[in-house]
Amino acid sequence: MINIKYFLKGFFCIKSANSPAVALAAGFIAIGALFKSIGLNIQESIFSTFLTYAMPGSLIMAESLIVGASLLNIFFAVWLVNARLYPMTVSLFPLLTHKSQPRLKYYLACHFVAVSAWLIMKENYKSVERKYRLDYWIGVGVSNLSVAVAATVFGFFIADYLSKDMMIGLAIVNPVYFTCVMVGAMKTIQMSLAVILGSLFGILFYFISPEWCILFGGLTAGTLAFFVGELNGN
Amino acid sequence: MVINTVLAILVTSIATYISRFFGVMTSKKMRENSKIFKWFNCLAYSTLSALLARIIIFPAGALAEVDYIVRFLVVFICLVIFLVSKKNFVYPTVLSALLLTFLSSNF
Repeated sequence: MINIKYFLKGFFCIKSANSPAVALAAGFIAIGALFKSIGLNIQESIFSTFLTYAMPGSLIMAESLIVGASLLNIFFAVWLVNARLYPMTVSLFPLLTHKSQPRLKYYLACHFVAVSAWLIMKENYKSVERKYRLDYWIGVGVSNLSVAVAATVFGFFIADYLSKDMMIGLAIVNPVYFTCVMVGAMKTIQMSLAVILGSLFGILFYFISPEWCILFGGLTAGTLAFFVGELNGN
Repeated sequence: MVINTVLAILVTSIATYISRFFGVMTSKKMRENSKIFKWFNCLAYSTLSALLARIIIFPAGALAEVDYIVRFLVVFICLVIFLVSKKNFVYPTVLSALLLTFLSSNF
C-alpha cells in the first residue's frame, strides 16, 4: 500500500536545514493558545488541527466562534481564505501521478496540501522516482501534520504562560518564514512576477473586497505573470 | 457551545478539504509540461503571496495589535538577513519572533 522506504524519506525531510518545522510549530502553538482562550477543550483543539490543517482557516474559525457567526458564514469565509489550496493541489498532484497508485490514495493524500508540505515537495520531487512520489509526499505530509498537532497541544497547555507580546512574536514567525521561501522561489521571470504581483494585487484588491482579495489578487497576478513569462520565454 | 464548536470544526474542515478534493479531481489528466499546469503553478505562488501580504499588512488576531510600521520593519529586516545570510531560513525565522516581541513590548 505504502512504500515504507520512501514514506520515511519524506517523513524525515522535516529535519532538514530549510525545514518549515520551526515556523509551523510557532504558528500552531499560537493557534493552540488561541483555541484555549476561546473555550475549546483539548480534544476539540486536536480535532480541529488534525482535520483542517490550514492555519488561516483555523484563525477564521476561531474569530467566527468569538463573534458567534453562523455555520454558513464560517463555511464561506474559510472556503474563500483556503481556496488557494486548489491551485496548489493542481500544481502539485500531476507531479505525483503514477498508474501504479490507486486513485483513492490521491484523495486521501490531498489532505496534506498546506504551504509547508507543498513547498518541501516542490523543492524535492525531482529527486524522487515518480512511482514512489506519492508515498514520499504522504511521509512529508504526515510529519508536517504531526508537528502541527503536537504544537497545538503544546500551545494549548502553555497558553496561560504566554504573554500578549509572546503571542504576537509567535504569530509573525510563519509569515516571515514563508515570505523568505517565496523570495527564494523567485528563480525565473514567471515565478518572480507571480510572487511580486501576487503581494501587490493581494493588497490592492483588499480595498475592493477583503473577502475576495486573496483569490482575485492571486488570479490576476498569476495570470499576468504567466503571460509575461511565456512572452519572455519563461 | 459544545455542539456548535464541533460543528464549526467540521464545517471548517469540509470548507478546506473541498479545494484539495477538486484540485485532485481536475488535475487528473493534466500534464506537468502543459501550459495550463504552468498557469496553475503561477496561480499557486501568486495566491500564496497575496495571502502573505494580507497577513502582514491587514492581519487578524494577535498581529493586528502591532503597528503596521513595526510589522513591516520586522519583515523587511528579516528579508535582508535572509538575503545576506545566503538564503538561510533559520536566522530570519528565529529573529522575527524575538524582534517583534521586543518591539511590540517597548514601542
